[in-house]
This record gives sequence, structure tokens and C-alpha cells, in this order.
Amino acid sequence: MITTKGLSHTYAGGQEIVFPDFTCGAKEILLVLGTSGVGKTTLLHLLGGLLTIQKGSIKIDETDIKLINGTPLDEFRGKNIGIIFQQNHFVDSLSVIENIKLAQTLAGHKSNNEKAQALLDRLNIGDKAHKRMRTLSQGEKQRVAIARAIVNQPKLILADEPTSALDDVNTVEVLKLLREQASEANSALIIVTHDTRLKDQISNQVILT
Amino acid sequence: MLRLAWKNIVNNPLNLLLSVILFGLGVGLISFLLVFNAQLRDKFDKNLAGIDLVIGAKGSPLQMILCSMYHIDNPTGNLPIQKAIPLLKKTHPLIKKAVPLSLGDNYKSYRIVGTNHDILGLYEGKIEKGALWLKDMEVTIGKSVADETGLKIGDSFVSSHGFTEDVSLAHDESKFLVKGIIAGTGSVLDQLILTNTATIWKVHEHAGADEEDPTHVHADTLAMHTHDNSNEDLMSHPDQEITSLLIQYKSRTNFQALNFGRNINENTDMQAASPAIEINRLYNMIGVGTDMLSNLAILIALVSGLSIFISLYKSMKERKYELALIRVMGASRTKVFMLILIEGFLLALIGWAVGMAICYFGMEVMAGYLKSSFRYSFNGFKWVPEHWYVLGVSLILGIFAAMIPAGSASTADINKTLSEK
Repeated sequence: MITTKGLSHTYAGGQEIVFPDFTCGAKEILLVLGTSGVGKTTLLHLLGGLLTIQKGSIKIDETDIKLINGTPLDEFRGKNIGIIFQQNHFVDSLSVIENIKLAQTLAGHKSNNEKAQALLDRLNIGDKAHKRMRTLSQGEKQRVAIARAIVNQPKLILADEPTSALDDVNTVEVLKLLREQASEANSALIIVTHDTRLKDQISNQVILT
Repeated sequence: MLRLAWKNIVNNPLNLLLSVILFGLGVGLISFLLVFNAQLRDKFDKNLAGIDLVIGAKGSPLQMILCSMYHIDNPTGNLPIQKAIPLLKKTHPLIKKAVPLSLGDNYKSYRIVGTNHDILGLYEGKIEKGALWLKDMEVTIGKSVADETGLKIGDSFVSSHGFTEDVSLAHDESKFLVKGIIAGTGSVLDQLILTNTATIWKVHEHAGADEEDPTHVHADTLAMHTHDNSNEDLMSHPDQEITSLLIQYKSRTNFQALNFGRNINENTDMQAASPAIEINRLYNMIGVGTDMLSNLAILIALVSGLSIFISLYKSMKERKYELALIRVMGASRTKVFMLILIEGFLLALIGWAVGMAICYFGMEVMAGYLKSSFRYSFNGFKWVPEHWYVLGVSLILGIFAAMIPAGSASTADINKTLSEK
């Protein structure tokens, strides 16, 4: 469950973006739509606690993330927010399953091999568990990124342009996957995109202009 | 964390190899010099054996010391007993012990030394098996001689002339009889075959009688009566020769003792040299070489520190998304900082281990070389306290080299990194 209020951000150049207020509950999906340059990534980084909030507030469950910073914020993010980036990066020196387990340990949980393996199985990449990241295809990497984002059952899942590089068939597939997994993990899901194909799939929308 | 750091460094084997080899070379060379110096000094110091003065024929004092005390150089010449008689007298006011040495023969390149029983006292040698030599042609051998040649009590052998083994120079008509073995002392005594002075004369008289000078005055008298091991016996053969005398003073601080060596050098045609002074001279000469080498080693170590720095910095730039991601997944700045630091630490640790291996093999090779050319035995490896120091400095260097990459990785703005496409 996430709520924003009066959120705005001023860039170093003095340009200010005001974001509309919105709310997204557990198991719900919110689509944030907007063309390039309207502050989609900025919003995502604000929501993910990667960028300091200048004005307004973001509440995730009962925590106002404006009020925490430094190490506690890093820990809060690890435990409660899963982020899927447009270009997904992994720790290259680790195998697929080790990358998942790293997400568990960095969030302060015990690494759980069975849970990580079960998650990969659910995403149909169970057989790749011990492969190196660089040997995986783009589609497989995206699934690993999804697995990594939801392994700690975060309160909030943020996805940045998850479908922009995909064809129609795969777009439907990935959206289905995200929806299922978010609901399974009992998380709120926010998708930030300029991909208008998603417009008809998700009714709950915020449009940035 | 440790596992992740480890995986990160082995993920880039070429970088790892370069850093580790450079670091290993530096550490190896430094450690090698440390161990080698320590062992060399240990050897030299043990062989000083409380000898205050060496007296022999005129020549190079260092050569005389190396020959008479370390048995690695040739004699400067011979010393007629006639001249040394005042020093051999028991009533000499300054001298506590005067141990004569006569060199000239070897068995399998172990030197046969004609001397008296006092030499054991100088090196704190004790009989392990059998007995000391008593009669002519009887020998008592050092531990290394026994181990390396396989000579046992009751065995007899033929010596060869000079200091290197040469079958054509064998004195084959005179056989030595092994009477005893001296327990290992760690000093040069282990590498010697001891007998009485007359035996050396006898072996050479025979050779002389056969080859050059059939009318040699002492050929018969020597062969006829047995010799005991006393200096009095030496004095009864004033026209014979010995190689040198090892002198131990009654008191080192006696004023006359301090001038004793100089008096001999100025007033007689014998030469006196103080082992401590000559060995210090030798250290100083070798020192220039080892100083150069250690400077070179330090330079290599510094360059390798730099290479660790560059390799970490480069890999940090390559992995900036990865590191930002680790932050996203909940790692604090401190954790990222520690991660890079641990990587530097591990690189240095592996480099150090490689260095110790290089040092070990270097010592083994060196020991083999020294053994074959000087009959000196060195341990292949010995832990000296300085190794802790080298380990400490290595790890600090590794951590230090990782400091800047770690700093810039941990302070990087993840928001900016992730926005770059």
C-alpha cells in the first residue's frame, strides 16, 4: 500500500515537475503513463527511495520514507521495495540463483535456497538456476529480474518500462507474469511506462504531462 | 560478503593473475632477502664461536678468516711452527686457547682438518657416537659429513689433495679410519673431518717422498713415532707448518689483548685478523647488493599495489551498475565500501601467499646451490619474525590500494548511475 501527497521535484536546472497524488493498495496495479522527459524515471526513483524527496510525502504502509535516510533507508528499500529496471543489471560473478539469494541476504533475511529455486521454477527458469547471468537471453534475464524483485515479498514492486523492448505477445505474457507474482506476494505494483499498449490492460492509471 | 568479494575477484582471472603475480614477486623477493640474510647471519654468527683472533700467513685477512673459520676459501699460505711457538705456549699471558689448523686435503670435498681437541670446545661440539681421534690417521667426522657421505665408525677412506674432489689427486697409500661422529652443532664443525696435525703432515710427507723430495728430513721421523694432540707436540716440530691458529683470549677487554693483533701484524711476518671486524666488512660489502635488491623489491611491491588499485578502480567502473544495484537491494554505503575493501584485502592476501611460495622455492634453490658449492646447509624455509611485518604491510597496502575505489563506489549517486542508459 502506497500513497503520495503533494509530490514535486525541482531539477538542478530549476525546472520543476509536480506529480499528481495517487494511491495503490496491496494486490493492485497502477499504471504511470507519460512520454519521454516528463519525469517518469524521477518519479520511480523517488518512490524507490533512490532520490531524496524535496517536497511532498510518500508513505509506504505506515512509513513516511521522507523521514528516513542513509543506512536505514537502504535497509527499508531492501526489505520493502522490489525494483525491476528497464535495463536489468546483475552481479555478473554470481549464478542466477546466487543473484536471487543475494537479494535475500542484502534485505537482511537468511538466504533460502528452496524458496529461491521455487520462485525460479514458478517463472519457468528453474533449470537455469546455476547458469551464469551472461549466458541467459534477454527474456530470461527479465524473468530473473522479476524473481529478484519479488523474492522478499515486498510491499511495493516498481517496474520501469518492463515491456518497451518486447513484442505484443511477450508484452501480454510479461504483464500477466507481473500481475500474478505481485498478487502472489501480496504487493502493490506500479508500472512506469510510455508503452501505450498497456493502457487497455490496466484500468488504474496516472498520466504524467 | 566475503563470498561475494571472492567471487568478484575470481570472476576476472586475468586481472587477478596480474595483480597477484606482481604482488607475489615483490613480497617473495623481500621475504627471500629477509630469510636469506637471517640464515646467513645466523650461520656466520654461530661460526664466530668465541674466536677472538685468527693468525696465519700474510695475505688477505678476509680470505684467511673465510678459510679458517668458514672453510669456504683457500688458505693464504702456511705458517711455520717456529714462528708461532710463543703463541702455542700454555704460559702465554693473554691466550686461553690456541687451536692450530692444518688444511690441505678433502674427502668428497669435505675438508680434512688437522687440529687438536680444543676445537670442539670452540664450537660446543659433543661426540655423538664413537670417540675422538687419538692416533695418526684417525678421524672424527662432523654430522653433515656422516649424513652426506654415509661414512660410519670403523670405515676407512682415502683423501684427495686440495679442497675439491679430484680422483687423480688421491693420496691412495694412506687410509683414514673413522673413530667417531660429532653431534650436529649447526656450525661449520658439522662439515669438517677432524684429525691431528701430524696426520696432515704425514699424508703430505708421503706424497712428497714419492714425488719430489726423497731426502726430506722428516719423512722417517714423522712416520715412526706417534703424536699426541698437544700443542707441545707441535712445538717439538718447529720446522713443520700449519695453516693458521684460532685464538681465544683469556679476557677480551684486556688492554693488551686489544693491541695484540696489531702487534703481530706490525712486528712479525704473521698476520692476525679479528673475525668480528672482517665479517662486518663482509656484511657491508654484501649489504650494498642486498640493499639494492630490497629497494627493487619494494619498488615491485609498490607497483603491484598500484596495479591492485588500477584493477579495482577499473572493475569498479565496469561494475557501477552492479554496485548501484546492490545498493538498491538494500546494501548500505558502508557495505559497498567494505565489499571493495575486502576485495583489495583478498588480492593482497593471495599475493602474499604467492610471494611466500616464491620465497620458499627461491630458498630451496639457493640452499641447493650453497650446499653444492660451499657445503653449507640452509633450511629451505624458516619463519622469521620479519615475515609478520611483511604480511602486515602487504595487507595494509592491499587495503590502502582499495581505499579510493571503495570510497568512490560507496559515495556514487545511485540515482544518477541508474538514470544513465
